[in-house]
Amino acid sequence: MKMTTSLLATMVALGFATIAQAEIKIGASVSSTGPASFLGDPEAKTLEMMVEEANAKGGINGEQVKLVLYDDGSDPNKARTFATRLIEDDEVVAIIGGSTTGTSQSIAAVAEDNEVPFISLAGAIEIIKPVRPYTFKTPHTDRMACEKIFEDMKAQGITKIGMISGTDGFGASMHAQCKDVIGTYGIEIVADETYGPQDADMTPQLTNIKGKAGLQAVLNPGFGQGPAIVTRNYKQLAITVPLYQSHGVASDGFITLAGKEAAEGVRIPGTALLVADILPDSDPQKPVVTAYKTAFEAKTKTPVGTFGGYAHDAFNILSDSITRAGSAEPKAIRDAIEKTSGLVGTTGIVTMTPEDHLGLDLSAFKMLEIKDGKWTLID
Amino acid sequence: MSELMQFLLSGVTVGAVYALVALGFTIIYNASDVVNFAQGEFVMLGGMITFFAHQAGLPLPLAALIAIAVTSLVGIALNKLAIEPARGAPVVSLIIITIGASILIRGVTQLVFDKQIHSYPAFSGDDPIHVLGATILPQSLWVIAGALLVFIALWIFFSKTLMGKAILATSNNRIAAQLVGINTNLVMTFSFALSAAIGALAGVLVTPITLVSYDVGIALALKGFAAAMLGGMGNPKGALFGGLILGLLEALTAGYLSSQYKDATAFIVILAVLFFMPQGLFGKKSTERV
Repeated sequence: MKMTTSLLATMVALGFATIAQAEIKIGASVSSTGPASFLGDPEAKTLEMMVEEANAKGGINGEQVKLVLYDDGSDPNKARTFATRLIEDDEVVAIIGGSTTGTSQSIAAVAEDNEVPFISLAGAIEIIKPVRPYTFKTPHTDRMACEKIFEDMKAQGITKIGMISGTDGFGASMHAQCKDVIGTYGIEIVADETYGPQDADMTPQLTNIKGKAGLQAVLNPGFGQGPAIVTRNYKQLAITVPLYQSHGVASDGFITLAGKEAAEGVRIPGTALLVADILPDSDPQKPVVTAYKTAFEAKTKTPVGTFGGYAHDAFNILSDSITRAGSAEPKAIRDAIEKTSGLVGTTGIVTMTPEDHLGLDLSAFKMLEIKDGKWTLID
Repeated sequence: MSELMQFLLSGVTVGAVYALVALGFTIIYNASDVVNFAQGEFVMLGGMITFFAHQAGLPLPLAALIAIAVTSLVGIALNKLAIEPARGAPVVSLIIITIGASILIRGVTQLVFDKQIHSYPAFSGDDPIHVLGATILPQSLWVIAGALLVFIALWIFFSKTLMGKAILATSNNRIAAQLVGINTNLVMTFSFALSAAIGALAGVLVTPITLVSYDVGIALALKGFAAAMLGGMGNPKGALFGGLILGLLEALTAGYLSSQYKDATAFIVILAVLFFMPQGLFGKKSTERV
């Protein structure tokens, strides 16, 4: 009896010792289930894969990385609870996550209060504007997507467009951002329609858009099944002006869902990740996106998508910062993240400053067009 | 003119989808007075299983048959494992059980399959058919034909066959039905299997139009339930017309009013109908014999 107790005590002591000695604990809360699961699922798989890879290479600064991963089910309240648990119980040095804007804002509030660095994986510009000391993010904003699309339209002399937007959070947010910046490009919205995220047919809305005089292009902010159905209905109604989709559909799955024929000619602002195969060898992002794509597809047997790439970049920013800081103290990590410079990710090349906690410019987007069922680069 | 035609064709397409889901509701409701909120999951299973069987190399018709058969088994399991043990519980408890079952089916589906959106090729190609300046996809005709066929089959089933009448008798008075020699357990099992099969058939037909993922069942069940209520719960004719009316309302609102108010308008009309005709458009007034 006495021996067992002392043996247990020794084991516990040893256990504690090893944890304290060589382990960097990184927390994550993503939406593996719930309405945003198609964002969170590849993010969770990517994080697990990246941590495995890092540990196989000997960890960061010689210390093994331990990932504490929670599934917040796309619920901001759960995300807040998990953020608190990550900081207080799991004692992580940094948090990655928040697949949606709602969950990200919940986590950001907790992270700021406890002064733990947080890298969000959600799109909305509000997360990093105004800048908060401990909050960063990897995805480009929907505002940037609008700007990229309008630049392309302007180059083609398009001045009158119709919009058909999803009423989900993504579609509504991007719709608002596009309306906000469209004026500076001299483009006018002549038709403004919406659809529900689960709708099965958008031909009435598209019929109304089609009938507008002087229509030169149509823009559809949205993600999930909606944009695929819009694309099919577009073909069904034989609308001939160009169709622009958002980065929300940036995956090979979109072409399959919309159908090769219907998707022909659709333009979207996408990331280098999507066109890894056809990037010129001179492109600095080519080795990074190719490596991630190969590893992810080998491990999960599913095609790589933009969203997993956000998690990839978040982990790389974090491991780069911990390496440069030479320490895994939250404050030191934060200071190092802010000095991230020229870090090549899947989304773009990241250079942070105290005023810019995103670190991407419009070059992070590449204008893509679908031709013969494949993505092609326009610029 | 061609605009109106397009709105009508869109409404009929979507309406036929709702009608198929609503038809599934009628059978279990007729057998047990229970509104089975897992009906949307049956539709989802029909689409998901067909997709994965087709992807595994089976021809589409065979994949569809497997999907319908497997979903029927799920329906039977739902009755045997969840509804039958709760025999004697109030109807509301049984409805809550079906909601629980729908959450379970959704969870198991995302584990067994995945969380992605899927689709398979339309049965007769994607070339739109032109009708008076508007267009409709061949797959929509499949869905409309499916809804009509299921409606006719159910109508004959409930009014002409012994089993159909046994279902109605069980619903009306379980003990009296047992006294005249109806095996009410068998009736319940059969109605769950049939309802699941109709749901799965709906899933097979609509997936090329609406696409499928593990969570499409919730929205479909809600709209199908609304259609069934509008037409009159438990009445195949009500389910068919309720679905079509709901679809047309949505399309016309989106076309002429505003796409923002599409769902709201449909539900306002349903509320108005139920307020003035609580039994729905085709429901019979219920009378309790004492």
